[in-house]
Amino acid sequence: MTTAIRASGLVKTFGSTRALDGLDLSVATGEVHGFLGPNGAGKTTTIRILLGLLRADSGDVELLGGDPWRDAVELHQHIAYVPGDVNLWPKLTGGETIDLFGRLRGDLDPRRRDELIERFELDPTKRARTYSKGNRQKVALVAGLSSDAELLLLDEPTSGLDPLMEVVFQDVVREIRAEGRTVLLSSHILAQVEALCDRVSIIRAGRTVESGTLTDLRHLTRTSITAETVRAPSGLDKLAGVHDLQVQDSRAHFDVDTDHLDAALRHLTELGVRSLSSQPPTLEELFLRHYGDELAHEPERAGLAAGDGHE
Amino acid sequence: MSELTGTAQLARDILRRDRVRIAVWTLSIAGLVVVTAASVQGLFPTQADLDKAAAAETSAAAIVLNGPPYGLDTVGGQVAYQVGVWGMVAVALMTLLMFTRNTRAEEESGRLDLVRATVVGRHAQSTAALIIVGGINLLVGTVVALANIAYGLPVVGSLVFGAGFTVLGLIFAGVTAITTQVTENSRVANGLAGMVLGLAFALRAIGDVNDGTLSWLSPIGLVQKSRPYAGDVWWPLAIGLALAGVLTLVAGRLASHRDLGAGLVPPRPGPAVGGRLLTRPVGLALRLQRGTLIAWAVGLFATGVAYGSIVDQLDDLLGDNQSAKDLIAQAGGVSIQDSYLATTMLVLALIATGYAIQSALRLRTEENAGRVEPLLATPTSRDRWVGSHLVMSFLGGALVLAAGGLGMGLTVGLITGDMGEVPRLLGASLVYVPAMWLLAGIAIALFGLAPRASLAAWAGIAFCFVIGMFGQLLSLPQWLIDLSPYQRTPQVPAADLTFGALAVIAAVAVALTAAGMVGFRHRDLA
Repeated sequence: MTTAIRASGLVKTFGSTRALDGLDLSVATGEVHGFLGPNGAGKTTTIRILLGLLRADSGDVELLGGDPWRDAVELHQHIAYVPGDVNLWPKLTGGETIDLFGRLRGDLDPRRRDELIERFELDPTKRARTYSKGNRQKVALVAGLSSDAELLLLDEPTSGLDPLMEVVFQDVVREIRAEGRTVLLSSHILAQVEALCDRVSIIRAGRTVESGTLTDLRHLTRTSITAETVRAPSGLDKLAGVHDLQVQDSRAHFDVDTDHLDAALRHLTELGVRSLSSQPPTLEELFLRHYGDELAHEPERAGLAAGDGHE
Repeated sequence: MSELTGTAQLARDILRRDRVRIAVWTLSIAGLVVVTAASVQGLFPTQADLDKAAAAETSAAAIVLNGPPYGLDTVGGQVAYQVGVWGMVAVALMTLLMFTRNTRAEEESGRLDLVRATVVGRHAQSTAALIIVGGINLLVGTVVALANIAYGLPVVGSLVFGAGFTVLGLIFAGVTAITTQVTENSRVANGLAGMVLGLAFALRAIGDVNDGTLSWLSPIGLVQKSRPYAGDVWWPLAIGLALAGVLTLVAGRLASHRDLGAGLVPPRPGPAVGGRLLTRPVGLALRLQRGTLIAWAVGLFATGVAYGSIVDQLDDLLGDNQSAKDLIAQAGGVSIQDSYLATTMLVLALIATGYAIQSALRLRTEENAGRVEPLLATPTSRDRWVGSHLVMSFLGGALVLAAGGLGMGLTVGLITGDMGEVPRLLGASLVYVPAMWLLAGIAIALFGLAPRASLAAWAGIAFCFVIGMFGQLLSLPQWLIDLSPYQRTPQVPAADLTFGALAVIAAVAVALTAAGMVGFRHRDLA
């Protein structure tokens, strides 16, 4: 397995703000890699470093085997970029803008462009100043997705799109993956990441807090179980890894850590299972738990961080 | 709750945002009038000088530029004649820029959506802008009148003169209130109002050289019919005030019948595919700056024509006034025509440099607007991108300068019957190219090395302008005067062309530009 993006210990400060604080990121060639994090976590800063628009203060970063700052121009022949905040030249039309970027990259394919304009239902004859946010986003999407670049950097690319266009976007990304190309997808939309991504990196406050396949990450979370048993459900509270237990007559509802799922089910079968429903952990829960817990423990963490500083 | 709810608060907000702008405009316009009054008294110290000037100064070209010659045998009449038209043009420009900025530009940016979503009436923003702009016009008129009274000019004439500025400003507030309704693009709204201003200037120019009837149709001409210091007629100003009221009411009617963000003229669709220009960065830069470049070139050509057109009347214009002749012919032994052409060429060069700096600063505008990021994410190097706008600034600037030289050369050639003036004056204009590049080079150096200070590039041209126009007058030290590359440039055609200084200036320009490019290569993008 070759690596398209490898970054370790990236640090970037803006004045007194530490935007990246030792970020690690590894994206394998041919995968769609989800890049998740709350606002201000450093996703866009990372992508701007990968594009050679910013220079990291310290840390190593390698992109398609090159240095994104030093080899920016050569590397960009193999990269397409879709920004989250789309700024266009007001007097140029959407079609002109798309063609400009295609030609600057050197891979303008009119057939592919027309196909995407059609699929995204974009009117290419309107001046950029008259486009809505969603339509500006479509211009950037068509410009980026119509390229044959081997690596696509997408920074929250669908924040202004409606659900129908979201479906089109997901189809196009799947086609790109089928062609063996690599995608780094920064996103807020967990359903989108779940639908598209092979692997995910979650970052917070400029640091990678979690990285792995969706299956890997599910191990870190809990499955939600509702069961009705022959004998009254007892003893569940004594099992390791069971949380938020609610028992009402013969019905039990609880969440269980994925590592302890097997033991919990064994216990239930001994009680005689009448009905059972389980809900697999969603990325949403993973995300909320990760940040929810950390937010809840924020003062504690702040204390720890201060302690770290004295080591 | 009415259509005007919130007007007072919005007006306060505008005042707070624009307080520096308001002060600069007011002081600049008042300063223009005061400096003119001072120079008129310096040029014509005695009544005999004034009488001579009044007898001589009636050439068509002068009337085209200044308006009807009323009361030129008084200092007040001279002041109104010298600065009246240009003061009014400045007032109109201030008004249209300030009004659009606070109405259509706010609407276009989407900020007005936020404002209108609060408890704010439909017409509150435009009414607030009207109140503020009207207030500034009143302020400008008052300051100008008081300054002239303080200068010892007749009280009634000064009041009429100041009131004329105010009335003209209010008329243009009404004009701009309408143009901002017509289009959804604030720059087009400014352009339309600017065209009305150009038309007003042209109508009164044609009217004034004939019997003056046509001038009544021009707001500027109308205000000039009030004849400050030369009869002091109030009623043309009353007509102007009524006109301003009617225009404002029409704008209000138009505003009531459209959606927020929309114009009366729907935008036309453009090309669905990119043309040949949009294949390289330099093509994009040309496409983005084309309109500005053409406008500046046409403007400089027209200015060159205007300056050139009075070349044969120079002797008449100055009459026997020796001090005025001395002022123009600072270098001895040069014909008065060549001396005049050299001085005006310097003015043309300074104006053209305004384009070169504006064009170079486009780099910073593009960066701040976030439009560079996706460009540099393609295989476009930073040098190539900077270079693309550099071409527009350096070559475009040379083109603008040449347009001015060509306009002047053609006019002088036609008047004197010697078409050899065309290459001579075209060449004389291009002598200033290195100095212009140096000032644009400062803009690029700032952009690369101290991007937040980019706008300080304008200080360079302001410095050179003050040195060039007032250096001798203010008896500034020679080393300070020598700092301006425009003073180091040979003042062709009044002086011989030498290349030593030009080579040094060009070398400094290249060094500054290179420093800026290297600086940008090594810095983070905003």
